Amino acid sequence: MTAISPETETGGASSRLHPLPVRLMHWVNAVAMFIMIGSGWKIYNDEVIFGWLHFPEALAIGKWAQHGLLWHFFGMWIFAINGLLYLAYGIFSGRFRRKLWPISPRELISTVGAALRFKLGHDDLTHYNAVQKSLYVGVILIGVVSVISGLTLWKPVQFSELLALFGNDFQTVRLVHFLCMAAICGFVVVHVALALLVPKTLIAMITGGPRVPSAQMPGSSPPEPTGRS
Amino acid sequence: MTKIKRFPSLFRPHGGVDQSVFEQNKGLVELIGRRGLFRGTLSLGALTMLTGCDWGDGGSVEQALRAVSRWNDLVQAAIFRPDHLAPTFTAAEVVKPPRFNAHYDVEDVKPVDGRTWKLEVSGLVNDKRSWSIAEMMSLPQQELIIRHICVEGWDYIGQWSGVNFRQFLERIGADLRARYIAFRCADGYTEALDMATALHPQTILATKYAGEPLPDPFGYPLRLRTSTKLGFKNAKWLTAIEVTNTRPRTYYSDQGFNWFSGI
Repeated sequence: MTAISPETETGGASSRLHPLPVRLMHWVNAVAMFIMIGSGWKIYNDEVIFGWLHFPEALAIGKWAQHGLLWHFFGMWIFAINGLLYLAYGIFSGRFRRKLWPISPRELISTVGAALRFKLGHDDLTHYNAVQKSLYVGVILIGVVSVISGLTLWKPVQFSELLALFGNDFQTVRLVHFLCMAAICGFVVVHVALALLVPKTLIAMITGGPRVPSAQMPGSSPPEPTGRS
Repeated sequence: MTKIKRFPSLFRPHGGVDQSVFEQNKGLVELIGRRGLFRGTLSLGALTMLTGCDWGDGGSVEQALRAVSRWNDLVQAAIFRPDHLAPTFTAAEVVKPPRFNAHYDVEDVKPVDGRTWKLEVSGLVNDKRSWSIAEMMSLPQQELIIRHICVEGWDYIGQWSGVNFRQFLERIGADLRARYIAFRCADGYTEALDMATALHPQTILATKYAGEPLPDPFGYPLRLRTSTKLGFKNAKWLTAIEVTNTRPRTYYSDQGFNWFSGI
């Protein structure tokens, strides 16, 4: 993993919209989500929560239940470690604070209105609107809950303290874990659809996007007075 | 669904099976063996054409995933809390009858004759004499009302009683520094525990459910019940235990399920 470099994120005169660590972690996470959701569907199918819902076997990962489990307990390491690195990077580089905060409720409403009238501007990739901020913050929090609920499903006795968070009911944890998956799938549909509608956002997540002067970044706080190294 | 699907050609019984059954069904066993070989050859051939489409059905990808699974065994052993008790419940919460789990349907359970049954003991123990059901019942009894969690995702609360396994191991003079206990069952099933789990206070050799002798589908006359493992680790219809330092192969881990399978 590339070292977190203050120069590229905050210190230098300019940096990429999506610094290399962000791009790497984004795509590693995409692969991890693919593995976790596909194998999770295989595991779910063996004992469904909702009688009306079976995932198509063609979309599930793993020939039999044990292969779904093998994939899931492999993917969990990638998802969790990559997720922890991402959270640490977002917090310590200041990226979360600059790009995802604050979320103005008034702007949220006006942005939803503009989007519904197809009048939403997206010329400026460097600035997330309130809907984007809400979705990104939301999906990060759901990712955290999916790891906590997953850890509880894996070890409800060793981590009985976590099970207590869910009212000591194992099936509640299964349901929460399932709902996290459903929410993430919903996010992915919107996220991918919008990225395909505005392809330069997709390209930016590969190339890094436009160079942005850190100090003039909209919504950014002033650069640190001294280097942190 | 109460049945765990299995990959038919991976499992071979390895000990514990009545040899006369093999003699009687020799033709069938050979037929299945040939089918497995044929199928495996076909899969291998298909893989060479469909590179990138191997999602874990045998082959190098599955081997890699199984290596991760063995790493997960180590992680689970490391985070295991030897004295941390699983939650227990009241008799009012007990599900009767319990939910059946095996790799075959409940109608196919072959009852064990308790009068001729005995538990054989082998491996790193001082006293290797066999135990009858009456002898097991005469030992001090312990009751556990605990949650059974199946690898498939379902759970229920059950009330089990029998002999504390640690006390039993001490009684037969087992080497408690050994690493594993292997279990063999009347239906050819095999399972195993790590020693830390075997010595956990909520691990018993159960003879009763809800105060009554175990019903046939649930392991009569003797089964393992521990609060810190998935359902399938709790072997039923026990016929032999062995204390060993060699990691025992088990029915489900041979097919790719995680060996440790702690909860």
